[in-house]
Amino acid sequence: MSTRDIRNLILSALAFGVVALLPFYDTGYILSIATTMAMFTVLATSWALFSGPTHYISLATAAFFGLGTFVTGYGFQTMPYWSLPLIAAVLGAGLAGLVGMVTLRLSGVYFVIFTLGLAELVRQLVTWVQNRTGQRGMYVLTSITESHIYWQLLGMAALVFLVGWLIGRSRLGFALRIIGNDETVAKHSGINTALAKVLLFMVSGAAAATVGAMLAPRYIYIEPSTAFAPLLSFQVVIMALLGGTGRLWGPLAGVIPFTLLWEFISRHAPNQTLLLLGLAFLLIVYVLPGGVVGLQARLKRRFGQGGH
Amino acid sequence: MARVVLEVRNVTKRFGGLVAVNDMSFDVTEHEVLGIIGPNGSGKSTMINMISGTFPPSAGMIRLNGQDVAGKPAHRIAQMGVARTFQLVRLLPELSVIENVVAGAAFGHRRRWKAEAERYAESLLERVGLGAVMTVPVSSLTYINTKRVELARALACEPEVLLLDEWLAGLNPTELQTGIELIRSLREEGRTVILVEHVMDAIRSLCDRCVVMSSGTKIAEGTPADVLSDAEVIRAYLGADEDA
Ligand SMILES: Nc1ncnc2c1ncn2[C@@H]1O[C@H](COP(=O)(O)OP(=O)(O)OP(=O)(O)O)[C@@H](O)[C@H]1O
Ligand SMILES: [Mg+2]
Repeated sequence: MSTRDIRNLILSALAFGVVALLPFYDTGYILSIATTMAMFTVLATSWALFSGPTHYISLATAAFFGLGTFVTGYGFQTMPYWSLPLIAAVLGAGLAGLVGMVTLRLSGVYFVIFTLGLAELVRQLVTWVQNRTGQRGMYVLTSITESHIYWQLLGMAALVFLVGWLIGRSRLGFALRIIGNDETVAKHSGINTALAKVLLFMVSGAAAATVGAMLAPRYIYIEPSTAFAPLLSFQVVIMALLGGTGRLWGPLAGVIPFTLLWEFISRHAPNQTLLLLGLAFLLIVYVLPGGVVGLQARLKRRFGQGGH
Repeated sequence: MARVVLEVRNVTKRFGGLVAVNDMSFDVTEHEVLGIIGPNGSGKSTMINMISGTFPPSAGMIRLNGQDVAGKPAHRIAQMGVARTFQLVRLLPELSVIENVVAGAAFGHRRRWKAEAERYAESLLERVGLGAVMTVPVSSLTYINTKRVELARALACEPEVLLLDEWLAGLNPTELQTGIELIRSLREEGRTVILVEHVMDAIRSLCDRCVVMSSGTKIAEGTPADVLSDAEVIRAYLGADEDA
């Protein structure tokens, strides 16, 4: 580890320590926004771990997330609470592995469509199971408070950053960058491209499912149509691209402004949220390719600062 | 007798109704530079693609050091010791020059990582004459330098067999001399190379032996001097409107 790594590690730990104190300051509105931000930070960062280097756009976040919420929905009365995120992670990784093995051979466009369809597929499956057992939705009544959820998500965010940092330094991370540049070269250089992509997809699937499991108590009542809502997948993609996937902190730089704007608009003009999504998308395509990360890199080049 | 590194036996490749490679057989022995020549569309790149695992042969057998490679995925074949360059240069545009070469070192036949891989990549870049441009973006390289990076990346795998698909194509006359010298130096190091080429000077001065292909079929095999004076070879080239 270089001195810069150590400095970044200490700074990140300090930042996490400070934001972890938030529930002692406010447990109302601010905490609720912060919890949403923490949720999207984990989702967008883990999404970018896979999609950033490979350039595969996955719209499967809602599928993994919904799966996670239903793990908690079905399990919270019979199983120890701490085990639920772990079970969700295993199931999320398993589903991602399965889907990855069939779809990651497909080229970009087909992959996008398939992952979008996946959330719908899993939703139909859950609905089918529920119909057979005569349920519609389910109540998740626990003693878990918003503060607990917030801390869990912060822990999860720290874990995702750590995993992302480790992958970035590993052969796997380097292999993914090569795959994103030219898959043919990757193969002929000795990289098992299918395996590398599936592994990373499993990491992001596990993370999204874990987040779903952690958030279920917040919703109190969960049903398939909300748990698997495709909007979530789109929000995650937009936030990650807005921030930029070139750096580990990139998605966070998209999550913060986007969540605040989204919050503001849904309070004052609740029908215009989709418009925000569209505008953000246009902004990314026309003004901010590479997101905030790309902008920062360009500014740095223009003003010729050293370092990174 | 020199050791046979690569055996190609009765290899055929069909694309739908088109037979791109038809019942090809040849051997490559250790430290040998084998040329594959032939008019445009005669199946040379298809042959290289099958040896390196881009796609499997429709029929036939390919063996590397006695092990079957035909039909294995490209990454396995690369790990077993086949490295290649591409007819149309393929670099990794978002990676630096040195990272492009480390990419070859990190996953190939002899795996290297971190400082060791970087040192090795640096030495190979020096080797191909790129010591001065190690840190520039790939996009600012001249054409011959992109070819050099690609060559260094292939060498970084430490392959048993190196496949060069028209590595000299597109170079201007001075660059061509430099390029030929570079490949000659590889030959002098004792590397085992398959060279697909159109440049006749290069074939004469670099190849120990040549295999001539025409419409997917082997029409001649022997020393460059022999095959280039072969009547059928001359006809194949003239028929395809090529300058031999
Ligand atoms: N992937 C493919 N699918 C279908 N046909 C192909 C494919 N690759 C090559 N061919 C066909 O196979 C024949 C041989 O092509 P190949 O590229 O091997 O020739 P070549 O000897 O390398 O020619 P050149 O000197 O122009 O590079 C051509 O008719 C080509 O159109
Ligand atoms: Mg060719």
